[in-house]
Formats: sequence, C-alpha cells, structure tokens
Amino acid sequence: MHPAFSIIIFTTLSGLGYGLAAVLGLGLLDPAALATKLAHVLALLLVASGLLSSTLHLGNKQRAWRALSQWRSSWLSREGVMAIVAFVPLAWSAWLAVVESRYSPLPGLIGTALCLVTVYCTAMIYASLKAVQAWHTRLTPLCYLLFAGAGGFTLASFFAFAAQDRTVIIPLLAIFFILAAWSAKSRWRARMQAMVPLSTPESATGLGHIGRVRLLERPHVTENYLTHEMGFRIARKHAEKLWRLAVLAGGIVPAILLALLVLAGASGTFAALVAVVAVLFHYAGMFIERWLFFAEARHAVMNYYGG
Amino acid sequence: MKSEPRVALHRPIADEVRKTTCYMCACRCGINVHIKDGKIRYIEGNRDHPVNKGVLCAKGSAGIMQHYAPARLRAPLKRTGPRGSGQFKEISWEEALETATAWLGDVRHTDPKKLAFFTGRDQSQSLTGYWAQQFGTPNYAAHGGFCSVNMAAAGIMTLGGSFWEFGAPDWDRTKLFIMFGVAEDHDSNPIKMGIAKLKQRRARFVSVNPVRTGYSAVADNWIGIRPGTDGLLILSVIHELLKARKIDVDYLVRYSNAPWLVIDAPGTADHGLFARDAAGKELIFETVTERVVPVGTRGARPALSGRFELADGRFAVPSFQLLAQKYLDPKYAPEAVSDETGVAADVIRGLAAEIARVAFDEAIVIEQAWTDMNGERHQAFIGRPVSFHAMRGLSAHSNGFQTARALHLLQVLIGAVDCPGAFRFEPPYPKPLGAHPKPHGRAEHFRPDVPLAGPHLGFPQGPEELLIEADGTPSRIDKAFSWDAPISAHGLMHMVIANAHARDPYPIDVLFLYMANMAWNSSMNTAGTMKMLEEKDPQTGEYVIPKIIYSDAYASEMVAYADLVLPDTTYLERHDCISLLDRPISEPDAVQDAIRWPVIEPDRDVCGFQSVLIDLGARLKLPGFADQQGRPLYMDYADYIVRHERRPGIGLLSGFRGKDGSETGRGEPNPDQLARYIENGAFFSAHIPLEAQFMKHANRAYQEFAVRMGFFDKPQPVTFQLYSEPLQKFRLSAQGLRQPFAPESHRERILEAFDPLPDWYRPFEEAIVDRDAYPYHAITQRPAAMYHSWGSMNAWLRQIHTKNPLYVPGPICDRLGLADGDWVWVISHHGRIKVEVARMEAVNSSTIWTWNAIGKRKGAWALDQDAPEAGKGFLMNHLIHELLPPKGDGMRWSNSDPVTGQAAWYDLRVRIEKAEPATASEPQFPAIAQPEPEPRPAELRYGQEWSQ
Amino acid sequence: MTSLPSLPTPKKLGLVIDLDVCVGCHACVVNCKEWNTGGYGSALSDQDPYGADVSGAWLNRVHTFEVVPDGGEVVGEAGEARIVHFPKSCLHCEDAPCVTVCPTGASYKRAEDGIVLVDEEKCIGCGLCAWSCPYGAREMDLAAGVMKKCTLCIDRIYNETFEEADRQPACVRTCPANARHFGDLADPHSAVSIMVAERGGMDLMPEQGTRPVNKYLPPRKRKPLADSAQSLPSAENTDEAKGFFAWLDGMLDRI
Ligand SMILES: Nc1nc2c(c(=O)[nH]1)N[C@H]1C(S)=C(S)[C@@H](COP(=O)(O)OP(=O)(O)OC[C@H]3O[C@@H](n4cnc5c(=O)[nH]c(N)nc54)[C@H](O)[C@@H]3O)O[C@H]1N2
Ligand SMILES: Nc1nc2c(c(=O)[nH]1)N[C@H]1C(S)=C(S)[C@@H](COP(=O)(O)OP(=O)(O)OC[C@H]3O[C@@H](n4cnc5c(=O)[nH]c(N)nc54)[C@H](O)[C@@H]3O)O[C@H]1N2
Ligand code: SF4
Ligand code: SF4
Ligand code: SF4
Ligand code: SF4
Ligand code: SF4
Ligand SMILES: [Mo]
Repeated sequence: MHPAFSIIIFTTLSGLGYGLAAVLGLGLLDPAALATKLAHVLALLLVASGLLSSTLHLGNKQRAWRALSQWRSSWLSREGVMAIVAFVPLAWSAWLAVVESRYSPLPGLIGTALCLVTVYCTAMIYASLKAVQAWHTRLTPLCYLLFAGAGGFTLASFFAFAAQDRTVIIPLLAIFFILAAWSAKSRWRARMQAMVPLSTPESATGLGHIGRVRLLERPHVTENYLTHEMGFRIARKHAEKLWRLAVLAGGIVPAILLALLVLAGASGTFAALVAVVAVLFHYAGMFIERWLFFAEARHAVMNYYGG
Repeated sequence: MKSEPRVALHRPIADEVRKTTCYMCACRCGINVHIKDGKIRYIEGNRDHPVNKGVLCAKGSAGIMQHYAPARLRAPLKRTGPRGSGQFKEISWEEALETATAWLGDVRHTDPKKLAFFTGRDQSQSLTGYWAQQFGTPNYAAHGGFCSVNMAAAGIMTLGGSFWEFGAPDWDRTKLFIMFGVAEDHDSNPIKMGIAKLKQRRARFVSVNPVRTGYSAVADNWIGIRPGTDGLLILSVIHELLKARKIDVDYLVRYSNAPWLVIDAPGTADHGLFARDAAGKELIFETVTERVVPVGTRGARPALSGRFELADGRFAVPSFQLLAQKYLDPKYAPEAVSDETGVAADVIRGLAAEIARVAFDEAIVIEQAWTDMNGERHQAFIGRPVSFHAMRGLSAHSNGFQTARALHLLQVLIGAVDCPGAFRFEPPYPKPLGAHPKPHGRAEHFRPDVPLAGPHLGFPQGPEELLIEADGTPSRIDKAFSWDAPISAHGLMHMVIANAHARDPYPIDVLFLYMANMAWNSSMNTAGTMKMLEEKDPQTGEYVIPKIIYSDAYASEMVAYADLVLPDTTYLERHDCISLLDRPISEPDAVQDAIRWPVIEPDRDVCGFQSVLIDLGARLKLPGFADQQGRPLYMDYADYIVRHERRPGIGLLSGFRGKDGSETGRGEPNPDQLARYIENGAFFSAHIPLEAQFMKHANRAYQEFAVRMGFFDKPQPVTFQLYSEPLQKFRLSAQGLRQPFAPESHRERILEAFDPLPDWYRPFEEAIVDRDAYPYHAITQRPAAMYHSWGSMNAWLRQIHTKNPLYVPGPICDRLGLADGDWVWVISHHGRIKVEVARMEAVNSSTIWTWNAIGKRKGAWALDQDAPEAGKGFLMNHLIHELLPPKGDGMRWSNSDPVTGQAAWYDLRVRIEKAEPATASEPQFPAIAQPEPEPRPAELRYGQEWSQ
Repeated sequence: MTSLPSLPTPKKLGLVIDLDVCVGCHACVVNCKEWNTGGYGSALSDQDPYGADVSGAWLNRVHTFEVVPDGGEVVGEAGEARIVHFPKSCLHCEDAPCVTVCPTGASYKRAEDGIVLVDEEKCIGCGLCAWSCPYGAREMDLAAGVMKKCTLCIDRIYNETFEEADRQPACVRTCPANARHFGDLADPHSAVSIMVAERGGMDLMPEQGTRPVNKYLPPRKRKPLADSAQSLPSAENTDEAKGFFAWLDGMLDRI
C-alpha cells in the first residue's frame, strides 16, 4: 500500500493525541499545574491536526462532513463520529483543567473511554479490510491501542516531569505500554511474514486449475490510480532495516530513557528534557512503524498487477 | 434507511446520429457517430452494417481522441529548416497547390518518370492509380509491396482470389478453422466475430503461429512453429493426405488444372509448359477414348497420371502426376520436417488427420441446385467444412509466395475452396489471372504530357511482359516487374527511397507520398532511410531526392521530411469511397461498398487529400480531370465519386445507380447517390442469390450475376492453377531456354524460387547469415488496440501501449540470466538496438518479438519529448535492412520475396546480449520540431460538460 | 444506505465474461471509456494525456496472464504455456465491502437490481472503497476527486430512448468476440445463468467473501492434435507413387 504522508501523519499524531488525552482523563496529572493545562491543549491540538491532515487526501474536502453519516456500517464514519463525540468530554476536561484548574472524573473517564474507542475505530478502518491481509487481524487494533497508550504515557511523563511531579507510575506505565505495544507489533509482523496469502494470482483469475498464473501484460503500460495507491513495494532488505530502526527509536530508546529517569528518581526540567527526547524518539519510531504498516502491506488487487 | 438517489436513466445519447464508415484501420466497419452540441459524444458500431454488425474494436471506440488529437495538422506547410528538422511555416492552400502544380508540371512536360507517386494506407487506389496513369508516370503503387503482396499474388495466381481482403472463411459453417500467422489482419472485427461463432458451435480452431497471443490465445490448438517454415509444415500435411488418399479427386478434375497436360521435353523452350491445341486451349488426356482433347471437351474423363504422346510427337504428363510425385517424396514426411519446423511429427500427422476427417467425414450439403460453367446441373452444394486463413506470418517472408501457394494447394486438394464451410470468395473475386491487367511502365508506354498507355499494376504472365528496358534495366524506380521481382503485382514501395537515393535505375525529381510513414515504421533500415532523405548532392547542394510532397493528417515522423505538406482531414471530416474498383468490403454472400462523408466539419485549414488530388489533376490539365479547355471536370471528390465512370455505367459505387437510383452495379450516375448512401447507413449491399453463393469460380449463376453487376463484361470462370505456368516460363528463361533470357546474375535465384509447384526453401536471410551467430528469429505483431503508428497521438489508445518491451522466451532468459526489465542488445547483420525485455513462455523457443510501431521519434505526434514511446519504445525496423547481406559475389539482393518483391520483414535473424541497465532505448534520434502543434492540455476531461 | 440491502436483491444484474473467447482486444475497455466519459457522473479524466506519465480513469481494464501448467492440464502443441486475456470491471458483489466501508453513503448497492453505484454528489474521494475492493474495480477520477466505477451502464440498460437491442452495457454491445454477456443472475432461467451453469462459471477470489455477481467462464478443455495422429488411415498400398496412381485410376473410374 502506498504510504501516504498525510495518512501517516494523521494516524500517528492523532494516536499520540488520543493517548495523551486518555491519560489526562485518568486524572493522574496535577490539574493545577501549568504543564497539565498545556498537556490538555496539546492533546486537543494533536487530535485536531491529525484529523485535519486526514482530510488532506480527500478528493472533495468541502464535503468532508458527509463522512459522519454512515456510522452504522463504516468504521471511517464511526471514527469521525467518535472523534467529534470524544471532543465534548475532552474539551470539557480541558476547560476544567485550564480554566478551573481541576479534574473531574466524569468527563475525564468518559473522555478516556471515548479516546480509546476512537483509536479503536481508526484501527478498525484498516483491520476491517480483508483485501489487505496484513491488516485484517485483531492484532491491528490491539497495536493501535497499545501504541496510543505508549505515546500517551510517554508524553504524559514529560508533562508530569515538567510539572515537577515526582511520579513513577506514569513513566512506568509508559515503559509498560511501550514494551507491550512493540511486542504486540512484533506478533503482528510475525503474522504478516508467516501468513499464507489468502488470495493469489491463481484465485484472482480462477485459472489455478490450469497452472501457475503470471502477469504477462498490464492493462495499461503506465501507472494508474490503483498501482499508485496499492502497488507500492518495498524491498525486504530495506524493510528489515527500517523495522529495526523503528523498534530502536520507538521502543528501546524511549524505554531506556524513561527507565533511567525512574531509576534515577529524576524529575524537574532535566527529567522533562530527557522525556522530550524520549517522546521525539518514540514519535520517530512510530512514524517509521506507520510507514512500514502501509509499505509492507500487500493489497489483493496486486494479484492482477503482478505485484 | 434513506431512499436511493435518483439516477437519470433515460437520457438520450445525443442530438443526432450520423452513420459513416470507420477508418481507424482498414477494416471499414460501419459506425454511428452521435453528435451532441456539435461535438462527438459517442461512436458505436452500426448494427445494420454488414462488416461489423454493431461491434466496434478498441481503435474504433477511440475515434473521439483520434479526431481531436493535438497532432492534427492545421494548414499546408512549407519547409523552412533542413529536412528532418520539422521546421515549417504555414502557407495558404493556393500557394501549396501552385507549388505542387509547378513541380509536377515540370516533370510531366519533360520526363514523367521523374515523379514517383506512392501511397500508403490508401483506400482510394482507384483514384490515385487513375490519377498517376493520367499523369503519365510509370512510378506508382500503393503499399501492398511491403504489406502482403505474397498473399495477394499467390491467391490470385492460384485460386483467382486471396485471403487478403478478397475472401473469408465460412464462419457460420466451418467445422475446422486453421489460421496461419495472423495477429489482427484487416478483417479485424469480422475475424473476432467469426472466432466467436466457431466457439459457440464448438468447431475446432487451430492457430499456427510462433507467438501465442490474441487469436492464438483462444485457439483450441496452438502450433508454435519456427518462423519461415510453414511451407514445409503444409507440404508435410499434403504428403500425409496424399499418402492416405484423402483428396477430393472429383473436385480436382473439375476445377483445377490437375489434369492439364504438361509438356515433357527437357532442354526445350516449352518444357514444363502446358500443351495446347492450335486455338491455344490447354489439353487433357481423355481416358475413355484415349485421346488428347482440349480442356472443356464435353463428357471427357481426364487422366490424372500417365505419360501421353501429343499430336506433334512430344510427350506430356498431367500436371497432377508431377504434383503427386513431388509431394509423396519422403522428404516431406512429418518426421523429416519436424526438426526444421519445430513441430512434433505427431502434431503434423494429427493436423492432417483432422483435416481429412472433417473434410470428408463431416462434409455438409446445402440442398440448392446449381449449374456449372460446363452446363452440368448439380443437385446440391457439397461443403468440405475446413477453412483456412493466413496473413503476414506467411507472406512477410522471402519464401512467402510459395508458402501461400502451398496453402492454396492444400485447400484445393481437399476440395475446400468456395464451397460451404470453407474459404469463400468475396465479389468481385474470383477473377482469373488472365482477367487482370498487365503492368505498364516500359519506355514505350509513356512520354511527356500524355497518360500512361495502361494501368501500372497487374500480373506479367511471363518474362516477356516484364517492365524492363532493352538492356534489361528496370523501367520503374522501385524495380517492380523487373528480374529482381518479376511478379511484384503491388510494386515495391519499400525500395523507392533507397533506389531514388542511389539514382538506380535513375534519379527522380519529385517524390509524392500519401499516408505512409516512410521515415519511420514503414521503412526497413529506418535510420538509413532518414539519411537518404536528408542527403544532399555535394555538387549541386540540392537534396539527392530533390522535392518531396507529402499528405498526412497528423504530425508523423514523415512530415518532417517533406518539403511541402498537404494536410488531410481526419476520417470524420471528408468524403471517401470504398469501391468495388479498389478494395471493397464485400462478403461471400453479398456485394458491398461504402462511403465516408463529413459528419463533422473541419475546424482547421485542411482538405481531403482526394479532393486535393483532383484539384491538382485539373491544374495540371490531366485528361480525366480537366476537359479540352482545361476546365476542371469535378468539383471535388464527392463529385468524382458520383460522376466518374470507368466504363460506361460503371463507377466507383455500385449502389443506387441510374437516374432515379434504382439500378445496381451498372447504371448511369445518380446525382443523389451519396444522399442515398447516407440514408442507408453509408453503405450498400446487394445479396447474391443462394444459387450463386458458392463455387463462384465455376458457377454459371454467379458468373451471370457478376456480369450483371459489371465486374466483367463476359463470364470469367477460374480454373485453379495448382501448377503455375507463368512461374515455369521464368524458369525456362533462367535456364536460357526461353526468350528473354534472365541475366546470369538472377538465374540461380529464379531457378530456386520459381518452382511451378508450391515449394519450400529456406528464407534468404537465414540461409545467408551465420545461424550460430544469429540464432534467433525476431518478428513483430500488430497490437489489437493500435493501428501502426497512428495510435500514439490518441490519448486513450496510447495508455494501452505507451511503450513496447521485447518479449524473450523463458529458456533464452534463463540462459542469458535475463529478468523482466533487464536491458539487452539485439544485434542483426545490419545493426543493433538496445531495449528492455519481458519474459514469456508461450512462444516458439527461438523467437523473440515485440509489438509493431509503438516506438516513436522524439518530437513527433505532438507528444511531449519525454514520452515513453520515444524514450523506451522501439522499432524492430532498425535491425532490418532493405538489402540482404552480401553474398560471395558481393551482390546484395533486395530483402524481398524473389517472385513478388514482398518485403521480408519476418526473415530477421538476431542474437541478444545482456546490456547495462539504461533509461532509454537505442538508437535515439534528435527531436523533431512540432509543426505548429495544437494546444496540448495537461488534463483531459472529455465530455465533462455533459456530466450531471 | 451505505449498508447493503437487507434482503437479497430481487434481480442480480451483472456480466458473464467468457475467458475461452476473449482475445484481449481492449474493445470493451475503450468503448466503456467513451460511453462513460460523457455519461453517468463526471468525465473520466486523463492526466498528462500527451506526456510521460499519461494515466486516466477507466472502469474496465484487460489484463493478460500467462498460465504455465504445473501438473495441471497440458495445452499447446509447441509449448505448455497458455495466454489468457482477462477483462475486469466491477463485479457488483452481493457482500460488497466497498459499500459498507463508505463513510458518506455515496457508495450504495441498489436494492432493486443489485447494481453498485457511487453517488458522486456525496462522494468525498476518500478512496477507502477502492482500498476495500479486492478486485481493483474502483478508480478515483483525479480531476473531479470522486470515485468512479462500472455502473453496469445503468444509463443504457433501462434507457427508454434507446432501441431495445441497445439496452445493454456498452462493453457488451461492442465486444467483437462476444465474450461479454449481460443479464440477471438471480434468474436461474436467464441466458447468463444457464451459461454459468453449463460452463462452470466461477467467482473471482471467493475467499474474499464478497460474493461477486459477475461470473467468469473458464477456458474450455483442449484436445491435443497429436491425439488424432493415429486416426489418419494409412494407404492400402504403401508403394508410394505407384500405388497412389493405381488408386487414383480407381477413383477416376468411380467418378
Ligand atoms: N517492423 C515492421 N515494420 C512494418 C511492418 C511489420 O510488421 N513490422 N508492417 C509493414 C506493413 S504490412 C505496413 S502496411 C506498413 C504500414 O506503414 P504505414 O502505411 O506507413 O502506416 P502508418 O504508420 O499507419 O502510417 C500512415 C500515415 O498515415 C497517416 N494518416 C493517418 N490518418 C490519415 C488520414 O486520414 N489522412 C492522411 N493523409 N494520412 C493519415 C499517419 O499519420 C501516418 O503518418 O508498415 C510496415 N512496417
Ligand atoms: N489492430 C491493427 N490491425 C491491423 C493493423 C494494425 O497495425 N493494427 N495493420 C493492418 C495491416 S497493414 C496489415 S498488413 C494486417 C496484417 O495482419 P497480420 O498478418 O495479422 O499482422 P501481423 O501482426 O504482421 O501478424 C503476423 C502474425 O504472424 C506471426 N508470424 C510471424 N512469422 C511467422 C511465421 O513464419 N509463420 C507463422 N505461422 N506465423 C508467423 C506473428 O507472430 C503474428 O502473429 O493487419 C491490419 N490490421
Ligand atoms: S476494425 Fe476497428 S478500427 Fe478498424 S474499421 Fe473496424 S472499428 Fe474501425
Ligand atoms: S472486447 Fe471482448 S474480446 Fe475484446 S478484450 Fe473485451 S471481452 Fe475480450
Ligand atoms: S467488485 Fe469491488 S467495487 Fe465492485 S462491488 Fe465488488 S467490492 Fe465493490
Ligand atoms: S471515495 Fe467516495 S464512494 Fe468511496 S468510500 Fe470514499 S466517499 Fe465513499
Ligand atoms: S458495464 Fe458499462 S460501465 Fe461497466 S464495464 Fe461495461 S461499459 Fe463499463
Ligand atoms: Mo500492411
């Protein structure tokens, strides 16, 4: 699948935003701290910018509102609806924190739940596509949720440190989610690499009873919309390299940094700075992970295009 | 749930339908052009049209993009830069026509042969040929010489009609259809429709073709033969049929020259010719009375074997005896030919068995009484439902004429010509060889300011009718009808530029071309051809070919080489005539012709070429185009179509003749004729009565019908010429036994190739080059969705073939370590090209191939310079030379069939070597400038204004 | 509406494509384009039409496959590989994932006849339906930013301004090889259903669970020519030429 920049940005930023918002909704951070207020604002900004960038690739942006209408059947629609619904408790919580410097579990917990549901919906957009076999697994939403948690807690660690909070639980949870997410993702990837293709040129053409099927001529010589969208291919070698880079940047580095902070009992500006580095590494790792999520996935239609 | 959106289900297509004839290729299907707001909304096949019955191919469906292509020429052009640069300025028609008149007038007044007028994809040869004849130059032909004259000449000389345009399989009845070397052919839609019919009836379809694409892909059996060896395969089938006695003896005796007596007098001028009586009638041996009697003697029962004494004491044998002796030779046994052809002996034997079984065990009968030319009444038509079709896979080889003859021999042996279920003639064919004109063009046939003494093209029936001067030099610029290519019935268009450049046999002054992309895909040795067109005489500083006039509708590669460009309209903007005098669209059951008319008015300063030619004819005051006072006889082509009469009552169109339009075939010109055609869907069809539909070569009812229709003035039955006397005459010349003697240099070649009985010899290039150094065959195929070079300016079609790979058989890929997308050098005795490869398994293992004419020159066809057609697409033509490699004697023969001069495109032998990866194919040529291209949009949204 | 019709549609209009006769001529491809570029919805645009990266929206495309038998049916007289031309357009699936994924309701399956359509007024061009279709039957029109797909020529098949005979999809009407057939696959007595039953019409990628309405007829079994090799009777008298002429005389006596 073509790793479109706007979609990678959308899923990673909104994942981070919802993760952060979900953590905030748990009330683990001091609502009176300036950093927490900023965290609320950032969470909303991340979510919003992610959603906005998701409209970038639309052919007809002016009609984007229509995408909310099909919540009964479409995961994309559900995601849109949930994103908007989630905005209510999130904005409410943010208001309480920013203006009233307080935390209320009602909007907070509802917000957390809705954030998770929204991330789940995002993930299900992909996981529901049978035509992309690599995505079509329960592991996909699991990974998305765990990554949202990992990002959320990592980011929250930063805000906690910045708020001079001597928290251990938040970075520990971050470490936990990072480890959980990457191990889930490893499972996901192992599944992808081991899976027997559901559809093959033989099943795509129904000619398997005659023999092995190979594309001789494409219908049109140059690339078309389908081959652009779904024909992206990445060499195994590159994919392996990028995967290791992703694990390193998105998992190992932030986990070690946070662990060091916890062990050192650090807090304050220095800890916050280290946490920022952890966040940036994590985000870079996520970016690569998401890029690979698309680039490595093979669409069934490529059975017709020799890909 | 909300209700579903409402969809506009009942919108009419457009404002108006105009019915005309497609010209995206030469198949000439009927089309309905739907016009909306003055633009073309949709083109569909005309259901009532006899050719396509409603269907339309990819090209036809892309007519909109052809019509609106930015590559269209917009006005007459005068060259301003050097030849080949593409630099022109637009001029007025008056200036263009005056220039042409001056150039042509000079030639006509001084030495008419200094005009060479050759036309390419010409569907108006009855006009262009007539014009050239009135002009008086001997140098005229259309493109048949580089196309399929082998097929045409072999067919006409053997059967009186050919596969190529003049016949078709009986699709509705045939039970076994065998196709040799066809990728698309001119009958593009009818063949597809025919194959569909076979499939529906579960008739068997066998394709003999080195490559298994297109039609071959759906064949029940695919015989992946080695190129150039079909003759051997066919003769082997004949061997098997003779051995198994599976031949139609009755048919042979009645309709062929099998019983004709051939003089057996070795060493004399008559050896191998037919024995004749004093009246010139051929003789047979009558077995009851045991006497030699003339052919056609009532009740005679001729012998097919034996040796008989003639009245003059000489001996003669029935030609069939020679035939049977020849092909029973074990050298034609399946085992003996299997290696050479690459076809397993069992497959050959199986093919022969199926032919025999279907022809004789599954014969069909149509209960319709008919009378033959001897007056004998038959109760029914007996059908041998085995049909054949063949095209350039056979004919584009230097042994193609004999190969095509072999196939016709096979048809006659099993009695499968023009009977139900077999190959059937399309009127005005069959036509005996004798009814064809003899070629004109010798010095005695022309002089300044008068028309040529007769038609240019035809069939010489012996060396005495060649177009050569007393000293043996060719009379024509293309050396047609010379010793080089004695029966070159369609001329040798592919030799014109090379010969004119070499001033051999003489220099010319004006080269006038129409609709032929000679500076690119229709020439061999393309790069060399471009140089010849560009070369100047160092003494005079003038071009070696001084003046070039060219008519094209699009900015093709050839346009860049013209000095004066006459821009044609697109096919939707002009009158055209698909005439029985030319290449008609008849079917076996019906006589048909058609027109094109301007369904859209030109929006540029362009003019239909035929009208331009008529105007030039009048300006030059050619008889037939201007009256005694020099006034034009015709306003334009439309006027000519209606009023021109070739013989009294016979004109271009056969329908709606006579003052009131009630006459068919013969009749006075009808001023409303075109309107009647338009009303009728732009075609005319006259059904042949059932009694006349079969055995046309010998069917009295048909012959009378043909006379009524004006094909002939008296019946012209055909006796199939299995043994060809004209060929034997050339052999006698080559043996020095018969005047005129063939020049020493040509004797060996003639002796080898002019066997009076169909024969197989190794194609010349293969025979000359080192087969180990050039181990592979390289051929091209026509893609269904492109017509030669003219699909690339079409925004829709070019997406299907934007570039062409070289298809290489899997085993060769494995040997050379080649994968898809690798680059190779393909090297012939003449040159090399660098191209991208694609692997393929369904192909003869010694054959590489590519699609024809996809490669384009940079700058042509109003494409961007970085278009893949120019960058990665390529032409095989660069590897093919118009001359064969030198032989021991240093002499270089033309790369053509020695009998007909047909260009031997598919004789090419090559080797391939892995090359460094590249981004562009080689050779590349400097880009040509665009002659004032129309604006090229960055995005097309055709029809957007009609969307809702 | 972006849910699928809750009951099986009473009619299942669709195409049956005969792989035994398709010669890969692309006639259906181009005719589909020319019909639809001025018909239902926005034009089928082409980008860079005269340049290097020429590409456009098409609703029907023909792929060419090479099938190399591998223990399966051996075909061909000089080789074992076979070429199959493979036209492909929307299969109007019964369980069309492209409909259920659509967030706007632009994609829908008609309850009446099962035709899957895009309401271009609603389509936001998100592309998700194209992702969900395993067959590659949907292509975005880059100029209009809306999804295009085969409409089964809905503006022809019911069109009362047309003659009856022309009320069929453009690709079907134009196919020179008669490889495309249109009809109601819900009706077991329709010509298409009978064809499918007789010829073993198949679904593409049944494992995707889309339940396509369009069916493909597989290439028929071929009988090698070599199988007939032994059936050519050998002559009674094998003394080649001499025996042949003796036989010939006998034949002539009979005529
Ligand atoms: N390697 C290889 N070369 C081959 C062949 C092959 O099989 N392999 N085949 C050969 C054969 S059989 C043939 S017939 C030739 C064909 O070769 P050509 O006869 O040269 O055919 P085209 O390339 O179509 O070129 C015809 C020209 O007609 C122009 N044209 C198109 N429409 C119109 C119109 O309406 N009016 C006018 N005035 N001009 C128009 C086109 O722009 C083009 O420049 O190619 C030969 N060349
Ligand atoms: N779509 C389309 N239709 C066309 C044209 C076009 O350009 N495009 N051109 C028109 C013209 S001008 C012509 S002349 C006709 C030509 O019509 P075809 O004769 O069908 O044209 P080619 O593509 O030359 O096909 C020759 C076939 O012969 C095969 N072949 C090559 N060598 C041999 C051999 O030695 N033996 C056998 N058995 N087969 C061999 C090739 O693989 C190829 O399939 O088509 C006409 N129709
Ligand atoms: S075969 Fe195609 S291009 Fe040729 S005349 Fe017919 S519709 Fe036109
Ligand atoms: S038009 Fe018919 S034969 Fe041609 S590609 Fe389409 S389905 Fe196949
Ligand atoms: S083929 Fe694709 S676009 Fe058509 S209905 Fe099925 S899933 Fe949808
Ligand atoms: S591209 Fe249009 S039709 Fe397809 S899913 Fe998006 S909104 Fe629906
Ligand atoms: S049914 Fe109509 S829209 Fe669908 S492929 Fe055929 S021509 Fe195109
Ligand atoms: Mo040709």
